[in-house]
Amino acid sequence: MSDRLDVRKTYKLLINGAFLRSESGRSYEVTTAKGAFLANVAQGSRKDLRDAVVAARAAQPKWWGATAYNRGQVLYRLAEMAESRRDELADHVAQCEGLAAKAARATVSRSIDRIVWYAGWTDKVAQVLGGTNPVAGPFFNFSVPVPSGVVAVICDQDSSLEAFVDAVAAPLCVGNAVIAVASQCRPTPAVLLGEMTATSDFPGGVLNIVTGLTDELAPILASHEDVDGIDLGGVAPGEASELSAAAAGSIKRVLRPDGRDLSTSLRRLRAFVETSTVWHTIGQ
Amino acid sequence: MSTPLRLVGAQDRNVRIPLASSVPAVENEAQLRALLASLSGVDAVGAEARAAKLATRSIKKSTKLTVLDLAISMVDLTTLEGADTPGRVTSLCTKAMRPDPRDPTVPSVAAVCVYPDLVAHARSVLGDSSVAVASVATSFPSGRASLKVKLLDVAEAVAAGADEIDMVIDRGAFLSGRIGQVFDEIVAVTEACGDAHLKVILETGELVTYDNVRRASWIAMLGGADFIKTSTGKVTVSATTPTALVMLEAVRDFAETTGRVVGVKVAGGIRTSKDAIRYLVLVNETVGATWLSAELFRFGASSLLNDLLMQRLKQRRGAYVRSDEFSGD
Repeated sequence: MSDRLDVRKTYKLLINGAFLRSESGRSYEVTTAKGAFLANVAQGSRKDLRDAVVAARAAQPKWWGATAYNRGQVLYRLAEMAESRRDELADHVAQCEGLAAKAARATVSRSIDRIVWYAGWTDKVAQVLGGTNPVAGPFFNFSVPVPSGVVAVICDQDSSLEAFVDAVAAPLCVGNAVIAVASQCRPTPAVLLGEMTATSDFPGGVLNIVTGLTDELAPILASHEDVDGIDLGGVAPGEASELSAAAAGSIKRVLRPDGRDLSTSLRRLRAFVETSTVWHTIGQ
Repeated sequence: MSTPLRLVGAQDRNVRIPLASSVPAVENEAQLRALLASLSGVDAVGAEARAAKLATRSIKKSTKLTVLDLAISMVDLTTLEGADTPGRVTSLCTKAMRPDPRDPTVPSVAAVCVYPDLVAHARSVLGDSSVAVASVATSFPSGRASLKVKLLDVAEAVAAGADEIDMVIDRGAFLSGRIGQVFDEIVAVTEACGDAHLKVILETGELVTYDNVRRASWIAMLGGADFIKTSTGKVTVSATTPTALVMLEAVRDFAETTGRVVGVKVAGGIRTSKDAIRYLVLVNETVGATWLSAELFRFGASSLLNDLLMQRLKQRRGAYVRSDEFSGD
């Protein structure tokens, strides 16, 4: 038997590129699908979200100001990092979701492939969602998709990694900054992926990940006026209406779960963009 | 804000101001030197620890709302940029008079603070509103000009309608020990100000030690300052809570020994409501509630006002407010 001391990991929040304990000092226990102790995870608070929104708001212009190609490179880099830590991810997915090792590895592969898929979309989304418009006048008229700004994502409660990647990478891909509230009972794969953003050239604040109680955190983000869109994917169906109403108070874009599989549609990419139309005079 | 305000946990620390005593007349540099030598040294570790301890105090709910309004009424809304234009000053003055155009219950700020050449314009925009016009003068921010030039700078600002003058001390003279020169300049500027209030900027970031901050505070107060002010906002180290504490203590001691009440203005780097509230707690705990008024305490700031307004709205709405809810400058 080794007499080495245990090196226990602290699962922290990711806010403004830094890994922080909650300002509240709280943490909560996360168990495996079978009920065994897995980790103590930071329990984020209202003020953590406040800080995350401030960070996201400050980071978003830089992220959107980068070229679409560059955003794609950064997302692809995240896929590279995930690839090299795939065993660790698979281990956590298996424990959180109660999957067999093989199924967990397949989930991780699909998740990494989704990151690559969104990395590819960064410089193509404008062609698909934008275009030139025929107008009756001497104008060159075209529309381009621009990001909503700061997007809050309440992540799926069951799918700890795959749904997380889908929900977070899509708004990032089109130039939004994101505050993600990870699955309450299965947060560790999301926290691991967050750690990988630190070595993926993500500007601090572009992706913020807060762990904690969804019921406590979701209403704060829904009513926060400096959040431009919210994905209610991880909210129980009965609660989505109330949160949508709170979001309407500040005219947010709301993506509500409706049971459809979004993985092959552009609905996620379309969910958090605005259309900006430019009229440009033609000579003579 | 005339009603004295009580912050959570505050005890009565109101300064006992004697009626009989008076400010000692300074006849010569030797006498000034002796007076400064009689001041005790600052316990730097103690000052920092006390400022840090007071910074942890939490102000909540209705007290917070009152304090936010108080802080708004203490702001010297400042623009001191080479790129200042009359248009920019107009919008600043408009904002100073009515910080939140939708809410008439928001108090107006204490003053707008501009360069001397824009005083007349600010005066014309502010008209007879309660907002004062403050002007930096005496070759702000370096203070590196002859006394003649500095006095002319002050005279022009006063003639253009400035109610308050923010002068800078000659840090070069102070640090090389020519304190008599520093004192004489303050006395001369006090005279040149006439009815205008004088705020003396110590530029604490360049004074190196807390002892120097205490000495400079005394020189300024003996020279006739109505306010002592931390910084120009143009150097790396601006207002900090320990320096504010040292200055507030100097003001307290000065009031208790001479009977003359001097105000304090903190400036530079104060951007959030949280910072502002920390200073107000410090004021309350060091000199007492008498100083919790725009007549005796000011914030020199520009972006602070928007944060105060955002916090005020957040307290009322119950949800965090958009960062672009209020106009930039």
